[in-house]
Amino acid sequence: MTFQKSLLGASAAIALTAGAALAEPAMIYDLGGKFDKSFNEAAFAGVTRWVDETGGEFLEIELQSEAQREQALRRFAERGANPIVMAGFGFADPLSQVAPDYPDTKFAIIDMVVDAPNVRSIVFNEHEGSYLVGMLAAEASKSGTVGFIGGMDVPLIRKFACGYAQGVKAANPDATIIANMTGTTPAAWNDPVKGSELTKAQISQGADVVYAAAGGTGVGVLQTAADEDILSIGVDSNQNYLHPGKVLTSMTKRVDNAVYDVFSQGPDMETGIFVMGLANDGVGYALDEYNEALITPEMKAAVDEASAAIADGSLKVHDYTSDDSCPDLQF
Amino acid sequence: MEKMPAWADVILIPLISLVLAAFISALVILFIGQSPAEALKLMVTGALGSTYGWGYTLYYATNFIFTGLAVTVAFHARLFNIGGEGQAMLGGLGVAIACLYVPWPHWSIALVAASISGAVFGAAWAAIPAWLQAKRGSHIVITTIMFNFIASAVLNYVLVNVMRPKGSMDPATERFSQTIHLPTLHEILLPFGIPFSKAPPANISFIVAILACLAVWALIWRTRLGYEIRAYGHTETGAVYAGISPVKITVITMLISGGLAGLMGINNVMGEAERLVLNATEGAGFIGIAVALMGRGHPAGVFLAAILFGFLYQGGTELALWTSIPRELIVVIQALVILFTGALDNMVRTPLQQIFMALRRKES
Repeated sequence: MTFQKSLLGASAAIALTAGAALAEPAMIYDLGGKFDKSFNEAAFAGVTRWVDETGGEFLEIELQSEAQREQALRRFAERGANPIVMAGFGFADPLSQVAPDYPDTKFAIIDMVVDAPNVRSIVFNEHEGSYLVGMLAAEASKSGTVGFIGGMDVPLIRKFACGYAQGVKAANPDATIIANMTGTTPAAWNDPVKGSELTKAQISQGADVVYAAAGGTGVGVLQTAADEDILSIGVDSNQNYLHPGKVLTSMTKRVDNAVYDVFSQGPDMETGIFVMGLANDGVGYALDEYNEALITPEMKAAVDEASAAIADGSLKVHDYTSDDSCPDLQF
Repeated sequence: MEKMPAWADVILIPLISLVLAAFISALVILFIGQSPAEALKLMVTGALGSTYGWGYTLYYATNFIFTGLAVTVAFHARLFNIGGEGQAMLGGLGVAIACLYVPWPHWSIALVAASISGAVFGAAWAAIPAWLQAKRGSHIVITTIMFNFIASAVLNYVLVNVMRPKGSMDPATERFSQTIHLPTLHEILLPFGIPFSKAPPANISFIVAILACLAVWALIWRTRLGYEIRAYGHTETGAVYAGISPVKITVITMLISGGLAGLMGINNVMGEAERLVLNATEGAGFIGIAVALMGRGHPAGVFLAAILFGFLYQGGTELALWTSIPRELIVVIQALVILFTGALDNMVRTPLQQIFMALRRKES
């Protein structure tokens, strides 16, 4: 536009940056919003913990549209926010465009690898945690049939399912695994009604333990499992408290720890690929007062043994995304 | 009833509606403990205070011009096309197919081809409801809105099963080739020595949108077809008596309307994302209805209303970035403007008309 407008723009930009403290961290939540009871909320929990401990200032945005992904990244980077954390694989493409333009800003992306010198890519070994809850499921099951309900049918969720199936087969080679996906679109992350229907369908096929790796859809799975008096397994956050005595355990994926680490380390954080697995408490299974009656000492001993073996590398759990196939489950 | 002066109809009514919407929005912001003055300042400087803000405002406006024109053209034949969303989705698919599967040597050729492809896809999507309306009497409001859902399901299927690169989790196509990158306003204005921010996605599609405005104006008021469309819209029986075929007008009008909505794909798919993502339209088809209502059936009005809505979108993003106003409330503010300018138009119009009539009676 006109020269005057660009002058105005420059002064507006100065006015904006003048008010900002240098190097505030920034958090970008995905379209699900920060109160999704799942993935984004875990990220928010990490932010909250950092704020409670340090009292620091930070910037955040819940996205409303796809076009805002790149826009939010650029705006936060221009404002001097550092580091900038984003939750979700949907940011991979915009980040790979934006990161080279701001070499002095550090970015962190969760659940996806972006290859740039100023990006920390945080990925989780969900198959390892799922393996452990799979073992627990097989041992808790009386019918010998266990269920898996995934959210959106993407390789990431198949990775959960595949790890789970391997754990089930390890504990009970004769067990049957029923796996269903809620849908093929992001809407599948937040469809508790369909989650409930799928749970009922799996119960009618004999399942008596159901593992939900489906974001907000899992709320419906856990609810129906409790209503129908079978056991369920939660995901991402510890969801044992939702239905005490009905949730066998939860596969915890410590997105909160990942976000907290990035916020704590600030602009000096290391970049590169960070794999969060059993060895560094990135994933695990939840044991608390709500489910201690369900996990017998024998079950705990067997799972802890497997956990130690996976952590030290003597037991390998197959990662679906490594070759797009699974030895114990057909999709 | 006596008519109001044109300036009151075109300027005064939208202005009063806007002030009312702004007033209620201010109350809402005040209610959650934030400063309305600060919020307004942030929106204005964020959307209009820099070439950066203008870039985003014009990018969103370009989308709304296309969908607004689509609704406007249909309005003239008294057809309520609320399928702009679905037609724009399919248009995006058409653009993506043209961009992905043909190795264009230059962006200008690709732009022409993508425009044609997008418009054809959008028009094809509008053709079925149009035919059903013309031949079967199925109401176009019902069929077009249902076709939005079908379009979204089609896009879903195509992106998840056909066009997604192997191993990708995102339901999206791969990036288009760099040779067909559309020039952004930054690149267009640079040779003229005008500095324009590099970041925003506003691109040459904005100029195509302006041309589309002119073309629609010429079509409606300067061609025989436009005359037939308007005649059919005013009185169907009269038009039939004059030898105008309702079937022909319904189908042709909807084809043009769908084609305009489909053209939006060159802006959001080819210009911005440079790949096709799920939900690329993001409600622009529905905003087009509000834009057309506010534009009062004239392309110039559509252009201005589209800029206003572009401002609201970009201003809303700035609010989301720099304040703690929750995103749901930003949608409320945007919705209030739509409510007052679109749905509650008569609330302002009727009293205003009475005032003008009272004044006129006094004079005479």
